[in-house]
Amino acid sequence: MRIGVLELQGDFEKHHQILQTLGMDSVAVRGPSDLDELEGLVIPGGESTTISLLIDRNKLREPLKAFSDVHPVLGTCAGLILMARKVSDSRVNPLGILDVVVCRNAYGRQIHSTTEEVKFFEDENSFYCRATMIRAPRIESTGRNIEVLGSLNGHPVAIRENHHIGLIFHPELDGVTIFHELAFHRVKQSQHDRKSQTYVT
Amino acid sequence: MSKGTYEVKVGLAEMLKGGVIMDVTSVEQARIAEGSGACAVMALERIPADIREDGGVARMSDPSMIREIQKAVSIPVMAKCRIGHFAEAQVLESLEVDFIDESEVLTPADEKNHIWKHDFKIPFVCGARDIGEALRRIAEGAALIRTKGEAGSGNIVEAVRHMRTINRQISGLKECDEVELVSEAKDLGAPLSLVQQVSKLGKLPVPNFAAGGIATPADASLMMQLGAESLFVGSGIFKSEDPDLRARAIVVAATHYKIAEKVADASAGLKKAMKGLDISEIPDEEKLQERGW
Repeated sequence: MRIGVLELQGDFEKHHQILQTLGMDSVAVRGPSDLDELEGLVIPGGESTTISLLIDRNKLREPLKAFSDVHPVLGTCAGLILMARKVSDSRVNPLGILDVVVCRNAYGRQIHSTTEEVKFFEDENSFYCRATMIRAPRIESTGRNIEVLGSLNGHPVAIRENHHIGLIFHPELDGVTIFHELAFHRVKQSQHDRKSQTYVT
Repeated sequence: MSKGTYEVKVGLAEMLKGGVIMDVTSVEQARIAEGSGACAVMALERIPADIREDGGVARMSDPSMIREIQKAVSIPVMAKCRIGHFAEAQVLESLEVDFIDESEVLTPADEKNHIWKHDFKIPFVCGARDIGEALRRIAEGAALIRTKGEAGSGNIVEAVRHMRTINRQISGLKECDEVELVSEAKDLGAPLSLVQQVSKLGKLPVPNFAAGGIATPADASLMMQLGAESLFVGSGIFKSEDPDLRARAIVVAATHYKIAEKVADASAGLKKAMKGLDISEIPDEEKLQERGW
């Protein structure tokens, strides 16, 4: 599969590494024509205000929305914020790909950034996995078509809507591949019990 | 739950990649920086060019000024402490700044020792001129390295020298066998474990940014093409004639550094850049990069 990674600002290199580990072609997206012939897209972590400004300055807003109508998108942290329907900060203009309301930096500044063990899925296929949260956002409310894949202290940390996935944490920092596999359909829903394959190394 | 771990510290450095971190001295400048697309700001009382001109002892900024900037912007706010001044670093940690720069731009507080940065929950960035210096700072707990360059000079030559030196040394370490790495570690004055890691990874174990002398979009492109993963721009923006326009242009160049047409468009009609200094005009004892070891 040929997957794009939005390279306007942020930890895009870490996402390329995960995609390459999974044997996928990963390519940089910096302008509208870079979306041609892609089968999926990652919006990485970084600063959501910066990425939001650069989406408009690089004329990517409408092309990204159109792309998401057809192809899966995975967003981590700032990526999730940009995929939201609404953000509690007028400095970010989100794309409205996921029907959620998100609060930026909801847990405070860097000193409050943390790594947690989180349980994902509540069925027989559930697994535990490290989740590193850096100045993380909080998902305040979810629309009715949102599937919650994992929660922490009563708030969703991983959500899915149709073929899109949004995460408040950074699997790419911990070498966790499962969410990229889920987003880009390498794993069928009934086969996500692969704790042994959750970590790259 | 684990807060303040080394992984979490390096994690924020990863998030700052592919961007521009701008020095600001007021709320107004911080807002201009954020609006231009900066991925973080460095809050300080005087930019390096003015520190150089004014002379005297340069210290940590007034906490009230840092707090005002934290209130004004949503992007990460960094602040500088003096080399070795762990009490200033403790104050900055209590203010919950997102990153501390143990910086040669301020007057060093300790001529022998840097800060033991593992003691803090906040990540640190430190300057380096070569791989030995970079690895010593990482050993002390730095989560991010930047070239020292020559801050406040508006002259890119020193940042280029430092980036090329580090690149060349990394290439050399990749070629070494196990026993040669021991001898390299001795010569570099760096821990063997980190030297081995660099040899294996072919890069520093933490992100590597450029700083010290970036004044134009082409400077930004140059440093990114030489391998910088992000850019600190100090005096280059707010010492220029139209800071807002120049800040935006440098952000464009940081993203599209490989595309000369985009860098050309960004460079057009920017008004005057900061004047800058020839490095040979700066007496050795006034070179900021000589501070720290």
